[in-house]
Amino acid sequence: MDFLRPSTLAEALAVKAERPDAVPIAGGTDVMVELNFDHRRPAALLDLTRIEELRTWTPGLRIGAGVPYVRIIDELGAQLPGLAMASRTVGSPQIRNRGTVGGNLGAASPAGDTHPVLIASDAVIEVASVRGTRMIPVDDFYTGVKRNALEPDELIVAIHLPPAPGPQQFAKIGTRNAMVIAVCSFAISLHPNEKRVGAAVGSAAPTPRRARDAEDFLSAALTWEAPKPLLDSVKREFGELVSQAASPIDDVRGSAAYRRHALAVMARRTLGWAWQEYLEGEQACA
Amino acid sequence: MRVNVTVNGEQRQADDVWEGESLLYMLRERLGLPGSKNACEQGECGSCTVYLDDVPVCSCLVAAGQAQDREVRTVEGLAEGESLDPVQEAFVEAGAVQCGFCTPGLVVAAHDLLNRVDNPSDPEIREALAGNLCRCTGYEKILDAVRLAASRK
Repeated sequence: MDFLRPSTLAEALAVKAERPDAVPIAGGTDVMVELNFDHRRPAALLDLTRIEELRTWTPGLRIGAGVPYVRIIDELGAQLPGLAMASRTVGSPQIRNRGTVGGNLGAASPAGDTHPVLIASDAVIEVASVRGTRMIPVDDFYTGVKRNALEPDELIVAIHLPPAPGPQQFAKIGTRNAMVIAVCSFAISLHPNEKRVGAAVGSAAPTPRRARDAEDFLSAALTWEAPKPLLDSVKREFGELVSQAASPIDDVRGSAAYRRHALAVMARRTLGWAWQEYLEGEQACA
Repeated sequence: MRVNVTVNGEQRQADDVWEGESLLYMLRERLGLPGSKNACEQGECGSCTVYLDDVPVCSCLVAAGQAQDREVRTVEGLAEGESLDPVQEAFVEAGAVQCGFCTPGLVVAAHDLLNRVDNPSDPEIREALAGNLCRCTGYEKILDAVRLAASRK
């Protein structure tokens, strides 16, 4: 095995072009587990932790793929509340100190915590190779269980997403608050500027998935101009549509039936929280 | 491969490091520092917690090569000569140690918490130690130890 240690992005892309079999490693929270348990013997590891460009974020926002969760929580919590909420549910402090959103995307596990948020807030994934840069809308990024749209010579460089235009919420089911792989998860993002809602489910289908019908229903049902408290019937219908968007399986973490039920509950609750925040915001402005 | 790394303030060199091995393995098996414990090897238990450039991490999830030219501080590097760090002292006094296997990781995690937060609340202590499993104590004595260490800061 080779251990490749580029210090710039250009160098890393050149290495990846030459060695497409090299497995990128940043926080190591997925890759090292596979190595420790002998599940994977890559021909080479490509260490990305020395590349400063991957570890910075710039307003707008463009978040380097190697920015660890702890910095998203500490530095971007106000601008990206949904992503920060999801980041807080990742592993433990030790894991959040190392793990990155880029790694979440690279692993593309259906249970990855940040995916539903990225979908609900219309993130765009910047990937690069020596051939150039591609901007991939997050909806096109997940192609299957632990599979993504990267070509073998490409690296994930950054995540682009706008500062939250409205309230955002994230919820996740697990057996305890820390160190939990999601049984299922849900993210909602209100876009009052476009009178539109983003909603997505995690760990409840082969890939993270947008709940399109639920989004369309709620975008039309919400009283954006003169916000009023939500009708229970709206919350229930939204929950049902979110649940229908999933195609969960029975596995060790939970049954398909439980996941469907839990998604409906999480969708109702997070909608309630997000809409309450919107109502209070509008009243404060009035 | 060869890895050069500063460990507990000392410049160290490890040879014949396998490219896929963890920082934990290198510390224990090549650098003679068995304080950090090897249990789950998947970041679940926190027994292998060390500082990497002043940030607590699971050393089982750091590739040894990623530590090249970095600074590592293990549980062996907390005491000053013969005198224990106040966190270690508090663990002894509070009876927060039973079998002892989780202790090094918990001590490092608690040490980091008290470096960052002066008077941590109980929820803050629980959150800071959420990545460290103990199967003996039931955690109460560990919480006592952290409160005791905090009160002496």
